This record gives sequence, structure tokens and C-alpha cells, in this order.
Amino acid sequence: MTMKVSYYPGCSLKGTAREYGESVEAVFRHLGMELDELADWNCCGASSAHAVSDELAVGLGLRNLEIADRTGFDLVVPCAACFQRLKVAEKAVKSGKVKPQNGYRGAFRIRHLADFLGEDISPKLVKERVKKPLEGLKVVCYYGCLTSRPPEITDAARPEDPETMDNLMTLLGADVENWSYKTDCCGGNLILTRPKVAKKMVQKLFDKALEAGADAIVVACPMCFSNLDMKQAELTRETGREYHLPILYLSELLGLAFGDRDTGKWLRGHEVDPRPLLKEKGLL
Amino acid sequence: MSGAGVKMTETVAVPVVVPNSAWRREVEKRSGQKVTACYQCEKCTNGCPAAFAMDTVPHRLMRQLALGLESEVLAANTFWVCASCETCTTRCPNGIDIAHVMDTLRQLSLPGANPAAKNAAILNSEFLGSIRRHGRVHELEMVTGYTLKSEGIAGLLRQTGVGLGMLRKGKLKLLPSKLRGVKQVKGIFRRVVKG
Ligand code: SF4
Ligand code: SF4
Repeated sequence: MTMKVSYYPGCSLKGTAREYGESVEAVFRHLGMELDELADWNCCGASSAHAVSDELAVGLGLRNLEIADRTGFDLVVPCAACFQRLKVAEKAVKSGKVKPQNGYRGAFRIRHLADFLGEDISPKLVKERVKKPLEGLKVVCYYGCLTSRPPEITDAARPEDPETMDNLMTLLGADVENWSYKTDCCGGNLILTRPKVAKKMVQKLFDKALEAGADAIVVACPMCFSNLDMKQAELTRETGREYHLPILYLSELLGLAFGDRDTGKWLRGHEVDPRPLLKEKGLL
Repeated sequence: MSGAGVKMTETVAVPVVVPNSAWRREVEKRSGQKVTACYQCEKCTNGCPAAFAMDTVPHRLMRQLALGLESEVLAANTFWVCASCETCTTRCPNGIDIAHVMDTLRQLSLPGANPAAKNAAILNSEFLGSIRRHGRVHELEMVTGYTLKSEGIAGLLRQTGVGLGMLRKGKLKLLPSKLRGVKQVKGIFRRVVKG
């Protein structure tokens, strides 16, 4: 029986984070699981809705939960911000702050993609699919802020030191480096309004990743990705220190290890081209 | 820490602080958070990744809030610099949802009153406008609208190269996706505006 899960891609996976969306779909195909995209889902409101009104933020999230409730499958969310917004709506229902439509059961779990892949499916299944182990690839995993925080909302077991992505990368055969910046915020949500502040925040992440000996940073959020991937040329110009650190989506590396033929196509869309690094390691 | 670096021989003028518990209670009610539970351990500030850019760091803002110093608090850039990363909320030993207090302050801040709010106000209105019209954010429309309003035509032209590159990579859609339930989404907005 194929396992089915509900899927909330979020706005960026249909646009600027297209390679993320495509690689997530491919990974689920390889794992023999079906992604059931929520019919007619709406934007979660991201950081703008909660800055303006708590009620609006919860209302936008809730409509999506009501759609997911129709099938009752667990809901997989690949974006850290969308994930957290939907969890906030879920908790508002549970605490009685808002009332969902009649007949709402809410018996499904909301899972961030990394937690779903790292905790809800068997590591054996993932391992069996690996055709090309990522040997020699040194990575640090970056979880960002909202996949795990605050734990009262996200239900994260290890909010300060999550390890689902680290475990997955180890399964794929990559060389996972330890670092203390897994959940430090990259400032993604200040990228437009306060670019200087955001740049300082990402620069710290790059410096620490390089210090840890990483060749690349693995992410599982479209906001983290664009903030980390797009600012490196500018930072190099402004600081005189060379920043050229490929940023890779968790799903892209899973796809690569599973031998997916589209991997090259996904990687073409990156600002910092990861292909030379992967070729050098004999992975592409 | 406050007081550090002050020489013993210097005379420090202590400002007279008039607490305003009515305003403090309003913030506590709106946010659902008991700011008076704060005992100034500074954990929020020490873990805050954006504190370096704040004129009033989080624990100081919490103290000002407890005293009800409305004009000082609302004039700070703190809650506009805050990246909503929830580190402070996760770590506060007294269970104060500080990130949510920041949201409440954004909501209480009157349009045009705090210059630090300018870009965020434009972004929020472009972003939410896009959701209201289409049910989802149309990235091209949102970023174009934001850049035009925050940086003018010159700013928009500076970004054109990046935009074209992304269009070429198929990462920017020219047209928004249309939701069948866009009316329901509009309804959510209407309820909030009324409420
Ligand atoms: S962490 Fe909590 S108790 Fe400590 S200073 Fe900040 S708000 Fe106050
Ligand atoms: S939520 Fe805001 S105030 Fe709290 S740690 Fe993050 S950036 Fe700082």
C-alpha cells in the first residue's frame, strides 16, 4: 500500500524555490509515497500577517488545516515559516482560541519535511534507496529558527539541537560536521526590510560553517535558502573575504543520493553553483 | 550590562521614571503575556541574533514595558529589527512569549509614528495585499511593489538584473495562481478589519 500524506507546498515552492518543490516531489516518488497536495490551499500569511493581526494570522492558517482535515492524512510542510504558522493555528484550535468549521476533527499531525523524513519513516527505507552515497561531501545542517521554535508550538523534542537532518545526511553517507549554529536565525525575514542586518546574520553562519570545515550547508526551508544563497557575492564584495559556499536543499541531496536524473536541473537554479563541488567529489 | 564602564567618580543623573501601569496592562492583555514576570536575567538579549542592531535590547524593552513607558517603548526600533526567530520565547525562564510581545508592539504602533517601521509597513501591506487579491503571494508582484515603494524607480531598476535572471531560470511566475476559494480568503481579511 502506498503511504499517502497531505502536502502544503507554500507559495515559494511554486516560484522562487522551484527546485525545492521539484526535488521534494521526486524524493517522495523514490520512497514510494504519495504527496496529496491540499486542494486550493492559501498562503499562510508568513511574517506579515502576525505583525498585523493575530486573528488574521490564525485565520489564514486555519483554512488550510480545515482542508487537510477532509482527508485526515498527516500534513507535510517543507517551509519552516509555513510550518510554524500552521502549528500556531493548530494550537489556537486546541486551546479553544478559535473555532474551526463544524465537524473538524484535527486528528492529523503537522510535520516539517525534515522531521517527517527523519523521524516518521524508517531509516531502512531511506538507506535502501541510496544508489550513490555522498561520500567525501562535508556538510553542516542548518535548521533555521522556526522548524523547532518555540517547542510549545512546534512540539520539537530537541529545539536547541535538532538532529533529523544530521541523521539523514549520515544515512546518505555524507560527512556531517558538528557546529553550534544549527538553529541560529539567518535573518531571512529581514532580507527586504533590513538587508544590512540580515547580511550580518548570514555572514556569521558562513564564517561558522567554514570554521567547522563544511563544503556546503544543507537547508530545509526556502526562506533560509534564498537568504543564504543570494547574498554571497555581495558579501564577498563588501567584506573582502571570499564567500562561495554552496547551499543545498535536503531534498536535492536525497535526490542526488537516490540517483535522480533531474538533480542537475535543480542545481542549475542556484546562485552559488554547487555543481563544480559535486563533480569534484565524483557525485555528479 | 548597564552601569559597566561608568567611573566611580562620575555623577550619573538618574532620570525620573513615572510608571504607567494602565499601558502595561493593555500590552499584557493584548499579548496575553505577563511582562511583570520578567526578572531581568538577560537571557533573551544574550540569545537574540538581532540585538546588535536594536537601540533598546530585548530585556531592557521588557523592563520599560513593565514600567509602562509607552513613548519610550513605541519609539524603539527593537520590534521592527526583531526577526521573529523565537529564540527569546524558547529560552525565557519565566515563560514569557517575548516574540509575541514584539508582535503586539508592531500592532500597537501607529502608522507613520516610528521611522523604523517604514519598510516593514510597506512590505506587510504589499504582502498581505497580494494574499488578499489572489489567496497566495505572487512573488513578482509583491517584490516589485515593495521595491518601488521603498526605493523608488531607481531601486527597481537596480533589481531588474536579478529579476530577469530569476525569470530566465523559471523561478518567477509572471501571473499569479488563482485560488477557487479566494472569496473565503477575502472573508478572513474582512472579519479581521471589522473585529
Ligand atoms: S529572558 Fe525572560 S526573564 Fe530573562 S530578561 Fe528576558 S524576558 Fe526577562
Ligand atoms: S524573536 Fe526577535 S527579539 Fe526574540 S530573539 Fe529573535 S530576533 Fe531577538
